[in-house]
Amino acid sequence: MEVGRLPISASQRGKLIAAGYTTLSSFSSLSPSHLARAVWDWILTIDNLVKRGFTLVNRCCTCRYCEESVDHLLLHYLKISDNEAAEIMRVASHSHRLDGSAGGCGTVNGAQTAWDMLHEEEMFPRITTSCEDLNNILGGGINCKEVTEIGGVPGIGKTQLGIQLAINVQIPVDYGGLGGKAIYIDTEGSFMVERALQIAEACIEDMSECGGLLRKDFQACQLKMHPNNILENIFYFRVCSYTEQIALINCLDKFISEHKDVKIVIVDSVTFHFRQDFDDMALRTRLLSGMALKLMKLAKDFSLAVVLLNQVTTKYIDGSFQLTLALGDSWSHSCTNRVILYWNGNERYAYIDKSPSLRSASAPYSVTSKGIRNSASNCKRIKMM
Amino acid sequence: MANKQISQMGLPKSIANVFAARNVFTAKDALSLTEFELMELLDVGLAQVTSAVAHISEIVCPPYQTALSLMELRVQNEHLAGHLPTHMKGLDEALCGGIPFGVLTELVGPAGIGKTQFCLKLSLLASLPASYGGLDGHVIYIDVESKFSSRRLIEIGVKSFPEIFHRKGMAQEMAGRIHVLRPASLSEFTESLQQIKVSLLQNQVKLLVIDSMAALVTGIGGCSTLFREFEHAAPRQNTLGWHVSFIKSLAEFSRIPVVVTNQVRSQSRDEICHYYFQVQSWNETIEDRTRHDSHLVAALGINWAHAVTIRLVLEAKSDQRFIKVAKSPISPPLAFPFNITSSGILLLSDDGIELTGPDINAIHCQGLSLRFCWVNLQKNIEWMPKTTIGHYLKCGALNADGIHHLVFLLVAFQWNNFIRTDKLKLFNFTDHAM
Repeated sequence: MEVGRLPISASQRGKLIAAGYTTLSSFSSLSPSHLARAVWDWILTIDNLVKRGFTLVNRCCTCRYCEESVDHLLLHYLKISDNEAAEIMRVASHSHRLDGSAGGCGTVNGAQTAWDMLHEEEMFPRITTSCEDLNNILGGGINCKEVTEIGGVPGIGKTQLGIQLAINVQIPVDYGGLGGKAIYIDTEGSFMVERALQIAEACIEDMSECGGLLRKDFQACQLKMHPNNILENIFYFRVCSYTEQIALINCLDKFISEHKDVKIVIVDSVTFHFRQDFDDMALRTRLLSGMALKLMKLAKDFSLAVVLLNQVTTKYIDGSFQLTLALGDSWSHSCTNRVILYWNGNERYAYIDKSPSLRSASAPYSVTSKGIRNSASNCKRIKMM
Repeated sequence: MANKQISQMGLPKSIANVFAARNVFTAKDALSLTEFELMELLDVGLAQVTSAVAHISEIVCPPYQTALSLMELRVQNEHLAGHLPTHMKGLDEALCGGIPFGVLTELVGPAGIGKTQFCLKLSLLASLPASYGGLDGHVIYIDVESKFSSRRLIEIGVKSFPEIFHRKGMAQEMAGRIHVLRPASLSEFTESLQQIKVSLLQNQVKLLVIDSMAALVTGIGGCSTLFREFEHAAPRQNTLGWHVSFIKSLAEFSRIPVVVTNQVRSQSRDEICHYYFQVQSWNETIEDRTRHDSHLVAALGINWAHAVTIRLVLEAKSDQRFIKVAKSPISPPLAFPFNITSSGILLLSDDGIELTGPDINAIHCQGLSLRFCWVNLQKNIEWMPKTTIGHYLKCGALNADGIHHLVFLLVAFQWNNFIRTDKLKLFNFTDHAM
């Protein structure tokens, strides 16, 4: 590994390179003090001179005043103290380990076997979307520990799905849910509390019905949830610029460590601030990929689901305009799963565009006054209010 | 928040100085760089950079609220939990009380359908005292195409709320609360937005109306043509980017309703877009083509369509006008038939017709007879309810001056079909043009 790639400050790197250490292997076997001393091997020291056949009085060759000693040279000339050297060594050995070229004996540090991962996956139930067809194509629901991107044209129901998920994550464990809390990051101002209340009430109704059917021995269905309790467990952040969006995602791990039962983070929508007023596309790509990485890390570390809602744009491919999700090609690699919501005739459909474990399929769903439900093409929909 | 100075954030002196030395002054500059880039730039170790970025992020990060506290706050502090009632019962029910505060509501429809009438009515409602269901506040009306008619406003007021307006001085007070701005260009509009922000902070303004947004972008503002339809007008989407965010944030922090009108343009066949996985059979394409031929599309593009929260589509189908709730997070897709009367807009039925499918977004203009805002007949500014030009000509209700005026207006309006400027010969009407 190149020294140029190590995460150390520029001046430290410069010193290493000037001393002739360009790769990790050249100093990885040294101890910090050795490194500190070895770095300035090129200075003419007494030993070197003696080696070359010059006998001199013990004076430092540069200042010609003090007695030459290791500490004198360290302190005054290269200013690479023992501390700095220790730091460089720590970073170097850490990077070395990650490289995997550490002699290759036994398991690689930090890896997990596939068998363990399978067991882990089974421990976390998926978050239902309240629509059976949609759940089926998603393999049961939205998966925890993964980043799912959902995109569609305006008015197709992205925010509705987001609110539904924020409420469904709170379904108690007894009823097959996760019993967790939700973080809703709103960048467009489309979160309407009245709608969340409606969906929460409908969810509680469904749960009591379900509970009544399944647990006839249970006394009075034990469901003490009130819609206000559900609303209380949704943490709402309103973000007004991309700077705030990045800052918020930086702070999320601290927030989630304080509120341990957050099980889903919904960003509605991740695109909005990055589409307005952005001239430097390269910067945008860098910021977006940084953000995606942080979100993935969040999902993995805290075992929660991350759902990103995206907008659409048109792209000119093969002589015609096609609809595609916004933010460009490099962003399309950032998410683990991708679901596209679209109109098919008079019905709303969801299509699994990209997933490592699910096959491409589409399923119909509908948006009713109760939230996202199965597509009911033959039964009459209840009018709202 | 994004422009907060790093020097005021309480970072340790040494690192704050380094930031300043490298021209990284605001939080936005700092957070726009990745941690490695910052390390390169500032020449400090990774740990220091990480902790500095974490500190900055914490300060810039917006505060959180639970959805419950959000709701309670709104119910307590705001009129009807944050809605401006439109006095159209069906629409108010569909929108959970009325036009919501803090978000952008868009009115889109072909020319002459009633968007400006709706805006006038809303301005009036916002200025009414609270006892009559109003917001008791000032209204800022940005009138790009000079369509604002104070005479019409008073007429609506007198007909809808006679008990208020017949009292002495009330009409003056109500009308005095409506401030009309007429920016002639996009840059003037930008300036006035900044001023509006300041006056919003003084908490007197309760409604912002922008009529119309599309005219600003296409650069034709200030001339008094009454009708406009653009064929294949290519809106420059980027020019609106900053304005959209700014208006949305204005609406948010001051918690006022913002109503914006938009125009329509016709949709060309190659604009019909699908995803790559939507395979179109041959039969379907024929059907789609005929379907879309008669469709108009909202101007300003898909980016704008994403940015608005509520979209109300006004259209005319088989000689009846409809107002449709096309995009709304709180309402089902309902269409209400309506008419324009002397007291504003009147819904013919409070039970909306529920439309399934993407048809709710379609904008029809069939059987729409021209509506003239005013035509100077015999030197009178008169209201002409919907009547066809042909009818007028047939019954000879126009004198020579009137016909001249009419023809001038028609030529200014880009119909697909021809109109001869020969005074009395108007021909080539299609059944849905006239």
